[in-house]
Amino acid sequence: MKPLLAALALGTALTAPALALARPVTMTTTLNTYGGDGAYLALYVTDQSGAYAGSLWMAGGKSKYYKHLSGWYRATGGDTSQVDGITGASVGQGRTLEITLDLADALFDAGYTLHIDAAVEDMRDSPNEIAVPLTTGNSGTPVAGRRYISSFVYDM
Amino acid sequence: MIRALHRWPGLIALALVTVLALSGAVLSIFPAAERLSAPQADPGLSVAALAERIQIAYPGVEQIRRAPSGRITAYWFDAGTPGSAVIDPATGRGVADVDPNRFRRWMTVLHRSLFLGDGGRIAMAGGAAAMLVLAISGVALVARRTGGLRFWFTRLRGPLAGRLHVEIARVAIAGLAFSSVTALWMTASTFGLLPDTRGGPAFPEEVSGLTGVSPSGVALLSETLVPDLRELNYPYPGDATDVFTLQTDRGTGYFDQGTGDLLAWADLSGWDRISETIYMLHTGEGAAPVAIVLGLMALGVPALGATGIAIWLAGRRGRLRIRGNHPASAAETIVLVGSEGGSTWGFAATLHAALTKAGQTVHVGPMSAFDPGRYRKAARIILLVATYGDGAAPASARGFRDRLAGLGAPPGVPLAVLGFGDRSFPAFCAYAEDVARAARDGGWAECVTYDTVDRQSPQDFARWGRSLGQAMGIELELSHRPVAPGTVDLTLVSRRDYGAGVQAPTAILRFALPTRTVWQRLTGAGFARFVAGDLLGVLPEGSAVPRLYSLASGRRDGFVEIVVRKQPGGLCSGQLTGLRPGDTVPAFLRRNPSFRPGRGTAPLILIGAGTGIGPLAGMIRANAQHRPLYLFFGMRHPDSDFLYGEDMPGWRSSGRLTRLVTAVSRGAKPLYVQDALRAEAAEVARLIRDGARVMVCGGRGMAAGVAEALTEILRPLDLTPASLKAEGRYVEDVY
Repeated sequence: MKPLLAALALGTALTAPALALARPVTMTTTLNTYGGDGAYLALYVTDQSGAYAGSLWMAGGKSKYYKHLSGWYRATGGDTSQVDGITGASVGQGRTLEITLDLADALFDAGYTLHIDAAVEDMRDSPNEIAVPLTTGNSGTPVAGRRYISSFVYDM
Repeated sequence: MIRALHRWPGLIALALVTVLALSGAVLSIFPAAERLSAPQADPGLSVAALAERIQIAYPGVEQIRRAPSGRITAYWFDAGTPGSAVIDPATGRGVADVDPNRFRRWMTVLHRSLFLGDGGRIAMAGGAAAMLVLAISGVALVARRTGGLRFWFTRLRGPLAGRLHVEIARVAIAGLAFSSVTALWMTASTFGLLPDTRGGPAFPEEVSGLTGVSPSGVALLSETLVPDLRELNYPYPGDATDVFTLQTDRGTGYFDQGTGDLLAWADLSGWDRISETIYMLHTGEGAAPVAIVLGLMALGVPALGATGIAIWLAGRRGRLRIRGNHPASAAETIVLVGSEGGSTWGFAATLHAALTKAGQTVHVGPMSAFDPGRYRKAARIILLVATYGDGAAPASARGFRDRLAGLGAPPGVPLAVLGFGDRSFPAFCAYAEDVARAARDGGWAECVTYDTVDRQSPQDFARWGRSLGQAMGIELELSHRPVAPGTVDLTLVSRRDYGAGVQAPTAILRFALPTRTVWQRLTGAGFARFVAGDLLGVLPEGSAVPRLYSLASGRRDGFVEIVVRKQPGGLCSGQLTGLRPGDTVPAFLRRNPSFRPGRGTAPLILIGAGTGIGPLAGMIRANAQHRPLYLFFGMRHPDSDFLYGEDMPGWRSSGRLTRLVTAVSRGAKPLYVQDALRAEAAEVARLIRDGARVMVCGGRGMAAGVAEALTEILRPLDLTPASLKAEGRYVEDVY
């Protein structure tokens, strides 16, 4: 997947000065075979206080279903401009979503948490499938999701 | 126009619409199946009580859902592993796996998008739109066919495919139109073309920070009954800032996980309700009976498709295709055809070919499509006109006279009318003459004087062609070879001979029913469907012009029967009366819808003489419903030419024939059938006053005599044969 200057989407004061100090981060999300349609996934970041910092990726094109990604929806109020330009297709069961983003160094080891919300049509919504602190130490360590994600790992 | 709007979407989208309908029909079963299999809650049970029961069984419960079918599902985490079950609301325990039905899923995706993602969704929406266009144009066509929407459920006639098509459609059309509209709505919603539904109230800013409230401590959960529940979401474990989320039929709310206080609530908007209702009515989720009804109606679609194609092909076959036909707006010569059986189209094709060879641009079309406004390049209009019955417009000329009368001024280009007919009929070219006269009276200039073609004579046609060529200043040689109608060989199985003693040798010829193909059965083509009174065309050896005989049997009798009198020197009658059982003769069927007894229970007065008894005998044989039926039959001598004489006692005793009155013309006191009528004048008048229908079959002289006698009989009733004819209560088949 094309590297994207995803940091641009992080609407905080952190991003602009940090742009110079950014590095490519590859995030690999593998779904298990849950027996349903393609999953919608929202990847977003909260700061140390738990407040929404920005979105990294939205897998799933139809905004009418975003309310089922309830953590992201609550955090953004369903504001689709948060994922403009960083939206892709939904991810089929058993498939892997790999995205590479240039993330500001300042996001790591600073109390930020990466969240993934997942939703599948006619199945249980699963906010916070993944909630992993963004630290350099966690890089390369796979974590399992609660329901639909068999493993998630970021490498930098 | 409407027909084209019906035909093309139907043919183009047929496969798509069939897939939509069949998958829809399959999907329609699931809501009812789920409704029946799901353990239903006591309607008085509160959500609080249900949640407590489930919490006892599954302490890690995260979500409780109630489907519109009443099925309750719980999702939980137990030691880090997700679990789920269908819950019996009476116990709070799981009774079945939440098995996502793979087959249903597969069907849903097929129905929605053919497994082709958004492109497939758009294609399927196109299919739904086609279905809607078909439904609307179909209603217009049925209304036109039955004479208005008031007659929506009237009885139909015509070939089987056409009747089946309308019979199915008039039941299924409401469901199909409804499903198409809701489908288009749902697609529009999926693609964000409709305003979004609301996602609930804004998430509360402030929470108590406490945890651990029990469902019974939440007022809203105690007040909400299970049938109103949609979803209850528990707060994320370990997150004190999260809240309970409750969705009901009324709206969505959040409440505190420590205090149980309602933090925010939003009612469903009117828009939400509309969207949900449409979703429910399309999917049947929460409306299982609706789903079953819509599903059954959808099953009609494949049958509609098959019969629709049959109708279309039958229509194409009926009309001769003309190679290199120009559009009406671009042709110098406009040839319009008024034809009943189709033979006049053959002449039009010959004319088209000859004119095209002479460098002309020619358009050939039916007279019913007469529209001078479109003939922008035309230099002349030519009408090739057959006649139906005694002077009526043939099928492809319906409405022509009205269109002509509706013109303010005659068209600026000259006209030529050529009539086609048979001089042995009294109304020879009557309709063509009528058209020519009307045009002349309207001030329409002629480029060739009115002429006629007798019995498809190639010589007559060539002669007229030369005058047309002269008028156009070109050399025009029309050499027409009549196209032989598609015949089948009929095999004679038996014959009964009469009349030898009275110099009128006559035979009742019974042929075996030819085998019919499935295709013929479906389209009602050929010998697949016929009744007594229809016509059998026989092609004698040595002539290309067929002779027509009235059929004395119907399809149901299981044989093809005609009555033939050997004419002195007659080519066809000579060959037919010379047939021995096992011999064959090439023949074809031609319908004669105007000579039918019609439906109903009104008495029938059948009047015939000689071979004219044929169709009447067939009608008596078919009278299983014991309609009062009176036969007046004229013969020469009962010992010699009493056709069907042996059958009469049986028909009388079985109630098929109410009364038989015969007239014998040879003997001391000759009596004709009209004399028999006069003798029974009181009875005949009474029957006609009671609504009886009169059917006359036989020679022209006899028919004239009968009309005269009936005029006298009807005078006291203030009726005439003409007034009865206008009502359709007096029909003749005269030769």
